[in-house]
Amino acid sequence: MEETVNKVPLLKLSNVRKSYKKSDSGEHLVLDGVNIAIEEGEIVALLGRSGSGKSTLLRIISGLAQPGSGEALYCGKPITGPTQGLAMVFQSFALFPWLTVLENVELGLDAMGVPQAERRRRALEAIDLIGLDGFESAYPKELSGGMRQRVGFARALVVEPTLLLMDEPFSALDVLTAETLRTDLIELWLERRIPTKGILLVSHNIEEAVLLADRIIILGSNPGRVVSEIKIPLAHPRDRDAPLFRQLVDTVYGQMTQRSRAAGKVEAVPISYLLPEAHVNQLSGLLEALAAEPYNGKADLPELADQMGFGVDQLFPLLEALDILNLARIEGGDADLTASGRSYVDADILRRKEIFAEHLVRHVALAAHIRRVLDDRPGNRAKEDRFLRELEDFFSEETAETVLQVAIEWGRYAELFAYDEGSGILSLENPASGEQG
Amino acid sequence: MANRSTPLDKNTGRAAPNLWDLAAFLLVMGLVTLFAWGSREMALPYTPGERIPLSLDPVNLPEYALRTVLRMAAALALSLLFTFSYGTLAAKSRRAERILVPLLNILQSVPILGFLSVTVTGFIAMFPGKLLGVECAAIFAIFTSQAWNMAFSFYQSLKTIPSDLSEASVLFGLSPWQRFWKLDAPFAMPPLIWNMMMSVSGGWFFVVASEAITVGKTSVTLPGIGSYVAQAIHYRSLSAIGWALLTMLLVILVYDQLLFRPMVAWADKFKFETTESGEGSGSWVLTLFQRARLLRAAGRFLVNRWIRLTDLLPRRKQRASFHGSTQAAIPKAQEIVWNALLAIGVAGGAWLLVQFVGGEVDGAEIGKVFYLGFLTLVRVTVLLIIASLIWVPIGVYIGLNPKWATRVQPLAQFLAAFPANLFFPVAVFFMVHYHLSPEIWTAPLMILGTQWYILFNVIGGASAIPTDLREAARNFGVSGWKLWKTLLLPGIFPSLVTGLVTAAGGTWNASIVAEIVTWGNTTLTATGLGSYIAIWTEKGDYPRIALGIAVMSIYVLVLNRFFWQRLFTVSQTRYRLG
Repeated sequence: MEETVNKVPLLKLSNVRKSYKKSDSGEHLVLDGVNIAIEEGEIVALLGRSGSGKSTLLRIISGLAQPGSGEALYCGKPITGPTQGLAMVFQSFALFPWLTVLENVELGLDAMGVPQAERRRRALEAIDLIGLDGFESAYPKELSGGMRQRVGFARALVVEPTLLLMDEPFSALDVLTAETLRTDLIELWLERRIPTKGILLVSHNIEEAVLLADRIIILGSNPGRVVSEIKIPLAHPRDRDAPLFRQLVDTVYGQMTQRSRAAGKVEAVPISYLLPEAHVNQLSGLLEALAAEPYNGKADLPELADQMGFGVDQLFPLLEALDILNLARIEGGDADLTASGRSYVDADILRRKEIFAEHLVRHVALAAHIRRVLDDRPGNRAKEDRFLRELEDFFSEETAETVLQVAIEWGRYAELFAYDEGSGILSLENPASGEQG
Repeated sequence: MANRSTPLDKNTGRAAPNLWDLAAFLLVMGLVTLFAWGSREMALPYTPGERIPLSLDPVNLPEYALRTVLRMAAALALSLLFTFSYGTLAAKSRRAERILVPLLNILQSVPILGFLSVTVTGFIAMFPGKLLGVECAAIFAIFTSQAWNMAFSFYQSLKTIPSDLSEASVLFGLSPWQRFWKLDAPFAMPPLIWNMMMSVSGGWFFVVASEAITVGKTSVTLPGIGSYVAQAIHYRSLSAIGWALLTMLLVILVYDQLLFRPMVAWADKFKFETTESGEGSGSWVLTLFQRARLLRAAGRFLVNRWIRLTDLLPRRKQRASFHGSTQAAIPKAQEIVWNALLAIGVAGGAWLLVQFVGGEVDGAEIGKVFYLGFLTLVRVTVLLIIASLIWVPIGVYIGLNPKWATRVQPLAQFLAAFPANLFFPVAVFFMVHYHLSPEIWTAPLMILGTQWYILFNVIGGASAIPTDLREAARNFGVSGWKLWKTLLLPGIFPSLVTGLVTAAGGTWNASIVAEIVTWGNTTLTATGLGSYIAIWTEKGDYPRIALGIAVMSIYVLVLNRFFWQRLFTVSQTRYRLG
């Protein structure tokens, strides 16, 4: 009997589904059938790319949003709003700039109605614990990014949460600072100096997830759902260079590239495809790096990410774009330059544009569609709103805008069409090829 | 601003008074005494029609100035109250937002003196036999010159609170009351204070104008600088006008030093920035209060009491309901009822206006009033162009020299606060003397007080042009007209638009006072909408006042919507630096 009571997971999501209502045309599905459980004593990392609904999921868990259907239970009870026992550390720190460090840390206690004297005592304790003593009366803007996030941690820990939620807490910090903070956190956790019984870390950094978590849950994109789970059976402190560590990183990379591979098999990605936010310059740079030594056309992703100094959030959109455009094949944690990718690298600027244009029209339905509409129009002009409305059949307003922006950037580079930002008009009046029209 | 929680002070416990305390104490006590005495004077008995004795002896000016300042303070307090409630309601309730925001837009475009002429009789009736009624009318007029843009700024700040902060305050379970003082009010503070200062600066103009006004048979004279000047005009006393100008100069100087600067310096604390920007604005008064040890201790004591008190307030339960998307959904039936009520209100309002105005005025007159509005529009436009031609080069020149900019910027702000209508008699004196045509020469009076907005915005814009762009221009040998076209004009464009919008609004408002000016029994009138409203106000013809105000509102609204707003959007998207 007693055992079953102990077995109630800290957090249990069953079949969580969430969609956002759009202005008129139906709904946009963000999460579909998500099942996640976090047991006592566990650090779980949630990995996913943009569009995987990570932040929506976190919002549901923290009680800021409600699941459309399915169930979210905290300690066996449904989460119906912000819940005591759950505290969050934000990616952007979310500190109140007009409150001192001490006042920021006291925020949650203040709201709970803790008397002033006790509030101060506990806040000072938390500040000591996280290594902020001496900065109590400082304002956030006087602190470096790392110190600011320490305030974020102290503010969350001072309310003694049972489950600590972390929304990409290290991604706004530089590499060194992030590493120190991770080490400090894991020490507090291992030495049980904080009463926290479980941690949910949302991340897009694969190494960070392997470094901290006992279990990694990988979310797939559009709509977000659990693709796979990987246990990390390594003892702390973990050595990034240990063979097993590298192997696990490789495995996670492999799992995360599964999806774009599937998408790449199709001849052209449909208009409903969430185009990755990749800038043309970065694509060229990545292709050149792939073609050069030491890769000579084939690279191991963790190595590539390391060499280019890219996090997953930066690297994956680029890889996905190359995969879609058939300039490289991404498969099982490797990137492979295709024949056309190779000729792109070897070509001069004008030829590169031609190759890019050719691949864009063939593999991205949205770009081809825009070009076709412009060709058919008498004045060869169209408002961007027209395409936005079409995209809003598949995406939220915001995402639709992002997708169109990507298509426009690629199309402008390929000189498929021209765009005037002020008026929002797409046209074929390309200044470079003006004399032909 | 009761949320100033205690900063952790290393000197806690050592609150021995110092010299700063003495200085701060005397300053505070002096102000309290003055206000107490002035308020008593306000409640004196009064019968309508009675002329309050006003003496042109300059000895009385300090008292009159105090009365004027008190009116200003009362109106400002009222405006703040209005701002907090109206702005919060508009930002938090979607349903209220839909009507409150357009309403605010309309209110902003109604000429301020119009409010005075239609409300004064009502206020007098509310407090029979008391001077308070007239005071209320004047205070209300000043309130209308201040409240709208403050409320708007507050509303806009609340709508742009960063989502992570608002999520943090929900997650950590702040009650609405706590949230207001910890998040909403501090976040909105810097733009609100800026708008408040702009409001007060503009308000001086109307406090002076509202002290001596005649609406039909109701003649209002309140002791104050404005009525002193009116008296001086009546008796053609240039020396008295000189004294009044001097007094006002001192009042504005004191206001600038005691209120404006400390507040702006204090608001620096609430600037929403993640990195520390260069030096903030300084204020000796703020420094004084920050250094006064005993005063700080007293402040801490009060704040602690306050915290204890709010600790007793009922807490919102931690398991609160969801906020956000679920709240947004309004039941269909309620929605229809609400919309129907709105429609009835709008139709009723339109019917009333037509009945009220239409009964007295025929179509031809309405057409004529629109024509008068056009004349005033031409004046406003020409004036804005001339003022820009003068102040843009000067402003850019000053802005590009940091040494000059820091000195001239406060001066321009100071000049913007000075009520230009005090200068009118001097101008009229010269017009009469040299037989100048009022049709043209009253026009500069309209922009006398508002041109400074153009100047100090241009200075601000020019000093914000990045040095690397200027160096790049020099490096490529761009100079002369080309430099203006490629760098300077685009660089200052957003701030120039801001300045022009403010100046244009002020100029329309000023037209009511500036298109008709008097000196003794000489009255100079320029044909325009402003003088139309002024003349009928004096005769107390309410339908025509309403018509004039409505037409002016329409002009301002249409211009805002189809001209200024577009220009503003362009300036924000195309010409924003960085």
